[in-house]
Amino acid sequence: MSIGLRMAWRNLWRHKRRTWLTIGAMIFSNLLLVFLISLQFGSYRMMIDNTLKSYTGHLQIQQKQYNDDQKIRNSFGAIVPLANDIRKQLGSAKITTRVAARGVAFAMTSSKERSYGLQIIGVEPQFEPGVSTLPGLISKGRYFADFNAEEIIIGSILARNLRVDIGDELTLLGSGRDGSFAAGVVIVTGIFDSGNADIDRLMAQLPLGYFQSLFSMAGHGHNIVINADDLTLVSDLQQEVSSLLGNRKELALLNWNDLQPGLQQAIQADMASAWFMYIILIVLVAFSVLNTQLMSVLERTREFGIMMALGLKPVRLGTLVITETFIMSTLGLAIGAALGTALAWYLSIVGFSYPGMEEMAGKFNLPDRIYPSLSLLSIFLGPGIVFICSLLAALYPALRLFFLQPVSAMRAV
Amino acid sequence: MNIVNRYSVAFDVIVTLAWRNLWRNHRRTLIMLSAITIGVWAMIFMTALMRGMVDDMLLNGVRNLPGEVQIHHPEYRDDPSINNSIATPDEKLLEALKAPEVKAWTNRVRVPAVISSERDSRGVTLLGVEPAGEIQLSFDPDSIIEGRFLKDSNDSGIIIGAKMAERLETRLGKRIVIMSQDPENNIADRGFRIVGIYKAKLASLEEMYVYAGLETVQKLLKLDDKVSEIVITGNDYRHVKGWYPHIKEAAGENLQPLPWYEIDTYLGTMLTMMDGFVLVWVVVIFLALSFGLVNTLVMAVFERIREIGLMHALGMRPSMIMYQILIESFFLLVIGLLLGNILAVATIIPLQDGIDVSVVAKGMEMMGTSSILYPALQLNDVILANVVVIVLGLLTSILPAWHAASFNPIEALGKD
Repeated sequence: MSIGLRMAWRNLWRHKRRTWLTIGAMIFSNLLLVFLISLQFGSYRMMIDNTLKSYTGHLQIQQKQYNDDQKIRNSFGAIVPLANDIRKQLGSAKITTRVAARGVAFAMTSSKERSYGLQIIGVEPQFEPGVSTLPGLISKGRYFADFNAEEIIIGSILARNLRVDIGDELTLLGSGRDGSFAAGVVIVTGIFDSGNADIDRLMAQLPLGYFQSLFSMAGHGHNIVINADDLTLVSDLQQEVSSLLGNRKELALLNWNDLQPGLQQAIQADMASAWFMYIILIVLVAFSVLNTQLMSVLERTREFGIMMALGLKPVRLGTLVITETFIMSTLGLAIGAALGTALAWYLSIVGFSYPGMEEMAGKFNLPDRIYPSLSLLSIFLGPGIVFICSLLAALYPALRLFFLQPVSAMRAV
Repeated sequence: MNIVNRYSVAFDVIVTLAWRNLWRNHRRTLIMLSAITIGVWAMIFMTALMRGMVDDMLLNGVRNLPGEVQIHHPEYRDDPSINNSIATPDEKLLEALKAPEVKAWTNRVRVPAVISSERDSRGVTLLGVEPAGEIQLSFDPDSIIEGRFLKDSNDSGIIIGAKMAERLETRLGKRIVIMSQDPENNIADRGFRIVGIYKAKLASLEEMYVYAGLETVQKLLKLDDKVSEIVITGNDYRHVKGWYPHIKEAAGENLQPLPWYEIDTYLGTMLTMMDGFVLVWVVVIFLALSFGLVNTLVMAVFERIREIGLMHALGMRPSMIMYQILIESFFLLVIGLLLGNILAVATIIPLQDGIDVSVVAKGMEMMGTSSILYPALQLNDVILANVVVIVLGLLTSILPAWHAASFNPIEALGKD
């Protein structure tokens, strides 16, 4: 240990209680920051994943105007061959992807007793389970087996509202892509229960082949959904897919943020308010450090005066004060981050919940419990900023030493 | 001199001592004061912002439900179909609705329907409304951007949202067809002329609701005099509990009246969660402050060990020394609180016209609030923050104060 470091270490423990109180403030806020930031990251991740996995997907290929103007006419041709083509091309890529084509139309859906106007989705039975969690959430009956079957799958609340069960018939009335009259009778083969009231109340799916013939789509469809394994791979995937679409000018490739702008913005709004709170915490810690270090410098005025008289340069004294702060901050960082990580890790296993969480969760597509997501970033982001701010707070007391006059300092009380 | 008098003189002295001690090290005091001020400011300011947001969310929510209390057929909530309609209020209920707490009420028919223009069709919720009552409870006439609102229950026109008009490629004055179901399960349809287009605060609502006259809709659906719901509003959504029981009693067994917090449990929990959040926030900030506070007092005691020893030796009671440190802490807290409160009010007042957060408008819409945030300063929250700081602050000061009081005079005097 160099002499500077040794002096700093010994100085710190001259006032044990004060040092521990200052470190305690750091530990407290670091613990809180690690826990809250991991919780935030965890819930954002779940919010995005759950929202995108149930239906939207990571990327969608659409006709150019479709996203702004979701009309049945804004479709594009030869959707199934295009989806097959993309599937084949991406098959050789490094990232594993899943691709599925869909059509979207609107129909009055009637059972014997009830009628509801619904959005009807045509899906590829073979590929839809890869891009959406809904096929896996069938609680009654089964998913489609055949591309052309005259079958329908609906949400549990919708089934209750329509008063139908597996094997019952539903009549669909709507208009086709060319404006013609579209009418068909389908059999309910599956009922899913996603837990999301909106989806369970509004979603109905048909096999794409039957969908295309019912709504006179002539091979057209409305979107091709492409999912990567992980959200972080989406931007790479987007580039790759967009190069595959080179010659089809009528198409647009949209990512999840284009498709669900509310999601990112809700996260941003939440981030902003969370950071306001974090900054306040950090500022209060910085004040604590400033106070401690200023006091410790003032009470050592005589001592510093003598050291200067002995020939020590103010730079070394300043470095001493900064070193002391550095040691305190390092202790605060290590202990705080360790405790915070332990807490977050424990909760990432058992899950975290608070009163009212369930209702909140339903609104934002979250499960009843959230699991903090631990990463180097979520562990060290908060404590790192506390660390830097503590050092900054010690600058003022350290810089004061440059204006110390040895003679008058030695006379100070 | 009696005991009480002597005591009060001594008290005067230690109050003076505490005040002067506070300013002996003005740098330290000022740093601690700024920390308390910032902490208190953050407590109040942040709470006002969050309150404002939740307030807006609840007001919007209650307006969209609409009403603070809704009366339905008992099965309507599970099966919102036309078969679960109810009669308009009978005499007993009418009497209850005359209560002074009830600001307004109205009848509505609410059924799922399909709306079609010559270009496209969509699923909507068709509302048959009494225009005067609807305006009092839910519909803001200023939101009509083209044309007019319905004139009366017999109006043969229809009001649709701006977004819906765009989707259907239709406009004011054009005809659209509404298709729904009558109680015999026959498809009922009828053409309507669009007489008004509205723009809602939350864009998604524009695609959800279309408004037509109550009697017109009743005729279309062969409902006779029946309605889907009776919606009632009072003066403040927080005070529903006061008058809701009377309505419940008057409605009888065959109707199901529910207050807003049970109709939309998300809204209901937001209110309680907000109270919880405010408390947690205030306590967390206080804890962050408390380290600094204790530290300041520990230092103040430490550098005065000799002096405290001398006071002991001169016969000052230990309890007086303890009070002296506590009073010093009290002064510090009170000045910090005062400055913090002033700062909070001074920053909230210029923001009364609202903070524009439309950059994240779609995200705010997900949460159910509009894109302008109005801070709402509630007296309760301010009191909570102040009480927490002063009570917990004095409690945490007891330790250093007690420490000072328990010095051994001889040892303390011996310290250099």
